[in-house]
Amino acid sequence: MRLVILTAAALAAAVGCARSRAESPPAPARVDAAVAGDGDAGVVGDGDGDGDGDAEVDDGDGGIAGFNAGPIFASSSYPVPPPPFTEGVFPCMDCHESIETDPTPRTLVDDHTEIKLHHGDRDRWCFDCHNPDNRDELRLASGRTVPFTESYRLCGQCHGDKYRDWRYGIHGKRTGSWNGKKQYLLCAHCHNPHAPHFAPIKPMPPPRRPGRSK
Amino acid sequence: MSDSDAKDKPNRRVFLKMLGQAAAVSMLASCSERDREAFFQQHFKELSKADLAKVLERLQAEATEKTISQAHPEGRAASIGVEPAMPGVTFGYALDLSRCVGCRRCVDACVKENNQSRDPQIHWITVLEMEKEGGVDVMHSNAYYVADTVPRKGHFYMPVSCQQCRDAPCVKSCPVGATWQEPDGIVVVDYNYCIGCRCCLASCPYGARHFNWAEPHIPPDEINTNMHYLGNRPRPKGVVEKCTFCIQRVRKGLYPACVEICPTGSRKFGNLLDPDSEVRYVIENKRVFILKEELGTHPKFFYFYGV
Repeated sequence: MRLVILTAAALAAAVGCARSRAESPPAPARVDAAVAGDGDAGVVGDGDGDGDGDAEVDDGDGGIAGFNAGPIFASSSYPVPPPPFTEGVFPCMDCHESIETDPTPRTLVDDHTEIKLHHGDRDRWCFDCHNPDNRDELRLASGRTVPFTESYRLCGQCHGDKYRDWRYGIHGKRTGSWNGKKQYLLCAHCHNPHAPHFAPIKPMPPPRRPGRSK
Repeated sequence: MSDSDAKDKPNRRVFLKMLGQAAAVSMLASCSERDREAFFQQHFKELSKADLAKVLERLQAEATEKTISQAHPEGRAASIGVEPAMPGVTFGYALDLSRCVGCRRCVDACVKENNQSRDPQIHWITVLEMEKEGGVDVMHSNAYYVADTVPRKGHFYMPVSCQQCRDAPCVKSCPVGATWQEPDGIVVVDYNYCIGCRCCLASCPYGARHFNWAEPHIPPDEINTNMHYLGNRPRPKGVVEKCTFCIQRVRKGLYPACVEICPTGSRKFGNLLDPDSEVRYVIENKRVFILKEELGTHPKFFYFYGV
């Protein structure tokens, strides 16, 4: 009798375990609702902001082609502020329209000299991320293009674990409401894409030691 | 002593009693109406609605007076809220030790948001610097590090504030019940009921409670007028205060001030009962530990390694 109970318990445990494994990783309801862009330009899934799961789950790349149709800053699928461009550089095509694209990797001498690439610099150069055909966009390894407002898709190609944590709200800063609308930041708001190591900062003064008022 | 002695002689006990009463009456008569009301104020949880309204009116007037400055000769209107805990919410906090750089921005934001005394200085958050080689070794940590830039080579940083224990020693040790755990898990203090015995300071294993040894001083223009009765309203001298997860913010759905300011996004906050919350994701997917687990205080503050 005892053996039967034990077997039943073990079986139940195994079933429970298998079920929980099937469910993991849990779908980030709030995030997926926002990601699931089905092609419409404009803020997708952010209209109600509650992420109530009425949007379909994103398959990873599905929304990108459609986003390109929209105006570049209006089509953010995560609530992020505008990209941190150096003042006056965007749109890039204002200058690049009239410049012929040179596809040879080289050190830039005429313009953009302030950019020092410390991001896998020996294996990488401009057109690994920037779209040579339209400099106002970025280009994924697959050849698909993404606007600067969705640069996280580009970064996420290599930094998949960070991208996952970012979507769940763990990597990077969130502001706003713990139970409602949140403000995300693009990777580039904290990490310079050309030299992404988080720059050291000056700390605030230390506390006064006890017993030394003023 | 015979019966006749007791009747005839002035009794020492009766005399002292009368003396005490006379002293009390004269003290109460000499103090202001406000002080008298404050002295006889009931425990926060026992206040009737009418009494609470009166208490809030008095406290708001006092708080507004503290904001009087040259720029604001009338003072800025302070509002002291009493928002209750939301149902189905237990607050939890998670801090990424692999990302914190020890910049102390959180300390500064906390001081400003929660009206902590600038002189004498009170900080609810202490950022500890430790050597990477030594691991989490609170005994040999340094809270007074000075640096041009952080993080310093070979060091990591561990901010410590109230751990909002489920089984809080401070609550157990309070002889008058002036501190308790709210239904959403925040340990709070009724500053008007605290007698300043500092038993909670002695019993807190995290050094998270702070005593107002002198009258707190805050520049009037820096006072945050968005207040909560159990949170950041001005404290008098002689009472204990502590982190409340920014109760005046989180009960309105906002993140605590330290979460909002952290430049590295190391600080995560949310509802432990919500399976989709950020803190739940951290607990379920990252390497997590709690500080001084062996003491059985069951903190709701989790340290984790995000990488």
